Amino acid sequence: MENAIYGIFLILGLITVGCVLLITIYLVISGIPAIRKIGLLHFLLGKEWASTAQQPQYGILPFILTSIYGTAGAIFIGVPIGFMTAVYLSKIAGQKVKGMIETAVSLLAGIPSVVYGLVGMMVLVPGIRLIFRIPDGASLFAAIVVLAIMILPSIIKVSLTALEAVPKEYEDASLALGATPIETYFRVSVPAAKSGIAAAVVLGVGRAIGEAMAIMMVAGNAPNMPEIFQSVRFLTTAVASEMSYAAEGSLQKQALFSIALVLFLFIMMINAVLNFFLKHSKEN
Amino acid sequence: MKKFIGTMISVAVLAAVMTGCGKEDGGTVSTDGSTSMEKVIGALGEAFEQNNSGVTFTYNPTGSGSGITAVAEGRCDIGLSSRNLKEEEKLQGLTETILALDGIAVIVNPDNPVNDMDLGTIAGIYKGEITNWKEVGGSDLEIVLIGREAGSGTRDGFESITGTEDACQYRQELTSTGDVITTVAGNPGAIGYASLASVKDTVKMLSIDGIVPTEESVKDGSYVVQRPFVLVTKSEKKLSETAQKFFDYITSSDAGDIISSAGAVPVN
Repeated sequence: MENAIYGIFLILGLITVGCVLLITIYLVISGIPAIRKIGLLHFLLGKEWASTAQQPQYGILPFILTSIYGTAGAIFIGVPIGFMTAVYLSKIAGQKVKGMIETAVSLLAGIPSVVYGLVGMMVLVPGIRLIFRIPDGASLFAAIVVLAIMILPSIIKVSLTALEAVPKEYEDASLALGATPIETYFRVSVPAAKSGIAAAVVLGVGRAIGEAMAIMMVAGNAPNMPEIFQSVRFLTTAVASEMSYAAEGSLQKQALFSIALVLFLFIMMINAVLNFFLKHSKEN
Repeated sequence: MKKFIGTMISVAVLAAVMTGCGKEDGGTVSTDGSTSMEKVIGALGEAFEQNNSGVTFTYNPTGSGSGITAVAEGRCDIGLSSRNLKEEEKLQGLTETILALDGIAVIVNPDNPVNDMDLGTIAGIYKGEITNWKEVGGSDLEIVLIGREAGSGTRDGFESITGTEDACQYRQELTSTGDVITTVAGNPGAIGYASLASVKDTVKMLSIDGIVPTEESVKDGSYVVQRPFVLVTKSEKKLSETAQKFFDYITSSDAGDIISSAGAVPVN
């Protein structure tokens, strides 16, 4: 009996491992053929994507750069806001305010991405068009704003946990030595929590680079080289928008799998970095 | 442990056997092809299954070209194409039967003063040769081109009719008709295209050479931005009994209402 239960738990545990292996193997197998046909350099560094044209072009450099710029932009806006919110919540805010803001953050985390996309499409895109006086608001900038909001909850929550784990003695010592509370937070608490905060940033990167639905609705999806007010296509949206129509076995479909493989490698890299930071923070 | 695995396997085998049996009754109709015809053929297939219990209807959305190949190679009963057959395809022994017509409306923001355009101007706009509304009698606003993603049947239809294949300078490539309409409704400089039946009051349809897109003008051919929904069958090989029944049903006048409610204009 004991053994049977042990076996069941082992199987349940292996389900996850099996899924990861299955997806990895499937992606590699279905992603390699197109890269071999197109050529790795042509595929990664080609500037033109026209998958259904008479002379198809399969260059994904615009998608790669867009994903990098979009994620960097979201981090640039989202991290300062999220980090400051976490400092405020853990050190300054009163219990009532803290409870309220934390509830709001949790709610924000629970909003489905299609809703972000819809609100972005109805409010943000026309808003950007009016504020910046450009012909159309669907752009890299709109995607960055949406992504920055979407990564806020994970950044706030992880930084908050890291900041709250800083031993109170450190802060007491700093205060006793005559530092003001604000000096204490930024000179003592934040440095002590820095690997946790770094982990929060990497987690935000992972969330931003993998998002598809919301940005598909606000980024315009034209395969242009990225510019801030230009319509752009991300790695994720490139796969999502064409997959449903690509014919089975066509080079287009294979190329979409290759894009997914590139995206997968990106996310693997980010995970490796995340693990590095988490390990680091445990050791400290 | 072994017993557990054994049970799981027998359950799986049993399930596979039982679903296998279910398919045997009543015969099957398999269709393959145009993604634009999804709504129409889906609604017809559903109605056919309801009227004939035990019949299985399948539809594989692969695109017109693949559908025609599939029927030529005998991999499906009826091929679906949203363009007329080419001469060389007819020479392969394929027959086309027009099931319905699909009008593609060219839409602009309701605030746009432009009401009418000719096909050449539309092509010029989509190729990026005309970039401001004032060049075509509108206000001084940059034209924002809204289109569909590569592979979409509506995009394919629109580009082939206007002769702008691979030349469109899209500002936005959206993944659904609804998104196109919402975007055009929200931007005074936008122009887009959408299947006639899906167009709502939030946007304005342009007339082409003075012809307003309606079900009638699509049917009599005077509205030119339209394409046929074609059923492709083999000329010499007879359809199976069930497939023939389905073919007769969808080309009969009884199916007209279903075709209209799915957004196309029935021809029978």
